[in-house]
Amino acid sequence: MKIAIASGKGGTGKTTLATNLSSYLAEFHPLVLVDLDVEEPNSGLFIHGELIHSEDTFKKIPIWDKNKCTLCGLCQEVCNFHSVIKLGNQIMVFPELCHGCYACSELCPDEALPMISEKMGELKYYETGSFSFVESKLDIGQEQAVPLIAQTIAYVEKTFPDDIVKLYDSPPGTSCPVIEATKTADLIILVTEPTPFGLHDLKLAVATMRELKKRFAVVVNRYGIGNDDVLTYCNGEDIHILAKLPNNRKIAELYSRGSLVYKEIPEVERELEKIAIYILNMKVRVKK
Amino acid sequence: MKEIVVVSGKGGTGKTSVTASLSFLGGKDVVTADCDVDAADMHLLLNPDFAYVEDFYSGVIAKIDQDTCISCGKCAQVCRYDAIQVDDGIHTVIPLDCEGCGYCARICPETAITMKEQNVGKWYISTIKTGGIMVHARLGIGAENSGKLVARVKNEVKKIAGESGIDIILVDGSPGIGCPVVSSLSGADFVVLVTEPTVSGLHDLKRVHELVKKFNIKSGCIINKADLNPEIADLIKVFLGKEDIIHLADLPYDETFTKAMTMGQTIIEYKESSLKKDIAECWQKIKHIIYI
Repeated sequence: MKIAIASGKGGTGKTTLATNLSSYLAEFHPLVLVDLDVEEPNSGLFIHGELIHSEDTFKKIPIWDKNKCTLCGLCQEVCNFHSVIKLGNQIMVFPELCHGCYACSELCPDEALPMISEKMGELKYYETGSFSFVESKLDIGQEQAVPLIAQTIAYVEKTFPDDIVKLYDSPPGTSCPVIEATKTADLIILVTEPTPFGLHDLKLAVATMRELKKRFAVVVNRYGIGNDDVLTYCNGEDIHILAKLPNNRKIAELYSRGSLVYKEIPEVERELEKIAIYILNMKVRVKK
Repeated sequence: MKEIVVVSGKGGTGKTSVTASLSFLGGKDVVTADCDVDAADMHLLLNPDFAYVEDFYSGVIAKIDQDTCISCGKCAQVCRYDAIQVDDGIHTVIPLDCEGCGYCARICPETAITMKEQNVGKWYISTIKTGGIMVHARLGIGAENSGKLVARVKNEVKKIAGESGIDIILVDGSPGIGCPVVSSLSGADFVVLVTEPTVSGLHDLKRVHELVKKFNIKSGCIINKADLNPEIADLIKVFLGKEDIIHLADLPYDETFTKAMTMGQTIIEYKESSLKKDIAECWQKIKHIIYI
């Protein structure tokens, strides 16, 4: 069972929910938490465990072999991303623009553009004692998060058994990285806050999930701040609100130090329990 | 012309609220751009009139003509994105997975595949509540090319500033360090980093600063919610000193941000507060820096 924690707006509490829920849920069910917010992964700041495995991740890019090249220019013609350009009597490759489609490499009549590996980030796997944790981090200067997200999901599916709960901490927004992180999930939990920004971006996230035909539910964070418009919207749209995490400066302080919240704030633990029950019930039904 | 870009690495640090406040202070002397095209929120505070709208086309995706297709499967073989699904011998493209490389179209022996241009969003030119101009955009759901939409917004805003003789461009960037952020930063004269004293805030500040350094742009930092965790706020200040980042302001942890937002207002319009004074001073400081 795969659950993605996502949000339109950044900073609504995805990581807070992902880390606290993982720790709480792991008391009842085997679990792996996966940080797919590869541009700015933060879950690891709240989780301490033993490093089990670490690897560099790579993407494939073409490299020019001038000895084989006849300067026919076909590579430039087939590249839709302007990543391969013929300039005078040389071929220039711009790796940051390359989407790794292989067209230039495989269509080159002279095999003058072999694909080589370029490092794009790192993947690490930890054991905390109660649950597993996998995080990937994009190298700075690499622009495309999607290939790293896809490789991380593939690693998790290969490494962990099917019946473990997989919790994906997703990137913010509604564009390609979010789609990649949520498209295989059985349930998406959208975290929002009861403010105009929160509501506006929640609507975008809901539209995205509907477009993807995904099952989703909402967690309202910082409940008590702002107004009731998010609740009114969810009721009107028949969207299930799984839990409401209170607005509380103490929570913000615990978060600021990298501490888990629910162990010190019973209200938060009660809300996590609601989410856990929902997930475990759903898991039983998915199995049947 | 001076271009100020506001970024944060981490989401939810108050980047948009701060940018909207600076835009309000700048009034007609700035042109504002919302480059957080993926989750654009600044319009909720600045009340744009959406006077001009244009569709944004970028990139292509593959489409298979079923009448011509002979189901040879070559397209699916070359596709690195698993974007071609085969169901009962019928090959179709999954639009959300197609990257638009065009490899399949090129090798299809029946030329049954065409690459169709994609409408990936809209962009707008508006007059906002200050009487100033704002260029903003909305990326379509699940769309790629957000970096290109950002570039489009930035080009447009530069053109408007040039034509109307306005000297300051103020850009709200997106969170993260990926393509839209890279696109937001390119060509900037000064970067404002908005952070918060949390372990994640500091972590993400360091990463986004690494990126800013690659562009060799001067930067300053606003520490929002500074009193939330004074120890980490101190660590941030040490980092700023070491990296030669100008410390622009400390703003307190203050629910006024949310209250003003709920009213659809910037901090500057909302009732008198110390925050208002702090942000006004910060704006003076930024203007002073960019004209040195």
